[in-house]
Amino acid sequence: MVLVLGVWEAYVDLVSISSLVLPAPHAVLAALYTDRATLWHDLEPTAAEILLGILLAGACALASAVLLHFSGLARRALYPPLVATQAIPIPILAPLLVTWLGFGLLPKLIVIGLVCFFPIVVTTMSGLAAVDPDLVKLMRTLGAGRAQTFWRVEFPSALPGVFAGAKLAAVLAVIAVVLAEQAGSSSGLGYLLTVTVANLEMAEAFATVLVLVAFAIMLFTLLGVAERRAMPWIHERGNTQAR
Amino acid sequence: MISLEGVSHSFAVRRGGARLEVLSEVSLQVAGAETVAVVGPSGCGKTTLLELICGLQQPDTGTVRCAPAALMPQRDLLLPWLSALDNASLALRVRGVGRHGARAAARPWFERLGLDGFERARPHELSGGMRQRVAFLRTLLSGRPVLALDEPFASLDAITRAEMQRWLAHALEEERRTVVLVTHDVEEAVLLADRVLMLSPRPGRLIADVQVALPRPRVRTDAAVVALRASTLATLGVNA
Ligand SMILES: Nc1ncnc2c1ncn2[C@@H]1O[C@H](COP(=O)(O)OP(=O)(O)O)[C@@H](O)[C@H]1O
Ligand SMILES: [Mg+2]
Repeated sequence: MVLVLGVWEAYVDLVSISSLVLPAPHAVLAALYTDRATLWHDLEPTAAEILLGILLAGACALASAVLLHFSGLARRALYPPLVATQAIPIPILAPLLVTWLGFGLLPKLIVIGLVCFFPIVVTTMSGLAAVDPDLVKLMRTLGAGRAQTFWRVEFPSALPGVFAGAKLAAVLAVIAVVLAEQAGSSSGLGYLLTVTVANLEMAEAFATVLVLVAFAIMLFTLLGVAERRAMPWIHERGNTQAR
Repeated sequence: MISLEGVSHSFAVRRGGARLEVLSEVSLQVAGAETVAVVGPSGCGKTTLLELICGLQQPDTGTVRCAPAALMPQRDLLLPWLSALDNASLALRVRGVGRHGARAAARPWFERLGLDGFERARPHELSGGMRQRVAFLRTLLSGRPVLALDEPFASLDAITRAEMQRWLAHALEEERRTVVLVTHDVEEAVLLADRVLMLSPRPGRLIADVQVALPRPRVRTDAAVVALRASTLATLGVNA
């Protein structure tokens, strides 16, 4: 990391490339400092969109995964349209949503939701499919019905899949929010990116990207912490065995 | 308690293809409070027989009539996210007993089974023998009249296994239930059971039904136990 930054700094200083092509790291850091008020101000709506979008996508994805897991009919009927939602090119869809729904929160939530929904569905379903069938049999002989077996065995077994999907979604949401904001908005880091690039303020644009990346890393890390909190048994086992 | 009449069972091995015949024309009766051991070589259909008894499979032909049975599976299958106490009382929770009630019902057993102090331990913190005891307790607390135990001690080392066999004999004497104990260990069968049923290699059919009329507690070095073990092995085609 330090090496890359050093080479980058040396390269820009020595070869003296135009800052329009590649701003030097020190210029990016300077922009990060001087523009801190703007960056902070624009982080707020973007962060809200990302968090709301992931929550929305997560809730729908969990419900869908459970439905698809338990109903072969739903699986056959709904999988193709679900795959289709994932294949829609977001750069085409985002401006259309803005035309239909305006500059508000809704079009951003739809874009983030569309991008984040599918990964969570897929990883949750593979988590549910990997549940030990002998555990399900055991629950039956203890008198458990479908719902009991689901809540006591299948859902906790599938949690690693849920978290894997959520971590993927967190990173994808950051990409999605930029596309959504660039298609039409009057605030947010994606908007800031559009403006700075249009004004050829490359150091400022890079500083904006830096904030987005930092936010993505923070989300990912927080999810990791939540994962260990929610599934202490996996963490503990890791500590007592091989690792 | 348990009655099987001419039960045969097979599994589809390939889609549309041949079927693997696992059990063939098995008939047996088990009376209430009787402990019956089922021995036979690996793959002869012992687990399948227990699943039929527990109603987890339907036989191809024949009839299975049985009081409600709880299964203690071959692997302990404790839930890693629950404490030992919550694993043991799982069946009570399933039946709608509240968390506190279920724990209170299971707690006295921990002392009786030599597990006191480990109520809050997670399964991975328990030794193999302790895990088997928790799994047995979970089966016992299901309140079902029939216990179907599938090779409960097969995965343990010889010393722990001997200890657990003594322990199970004791536990069953205190808490009389109808027990079907599957094992491939003939000695275990002779030590624990009132009756030993022997299955042939696959497809499993009943080849012998031996009463074990020995007084309890039984000791593995006792001449009568050794003799019965040898004759049972001979019936199964093994030279002891
Ligand atoms: N669900 C299944 N599908 C196909 N074959 C099975 C299934 N369950 C068991 N078998 C086969 O049936 C035979 C008997 O299995 P099992 O009852 O587990 O034997 P045992 O417990 O005596 O070792 C084995 O050959 C096994 O591979
Ligand atoms: Mg078996």
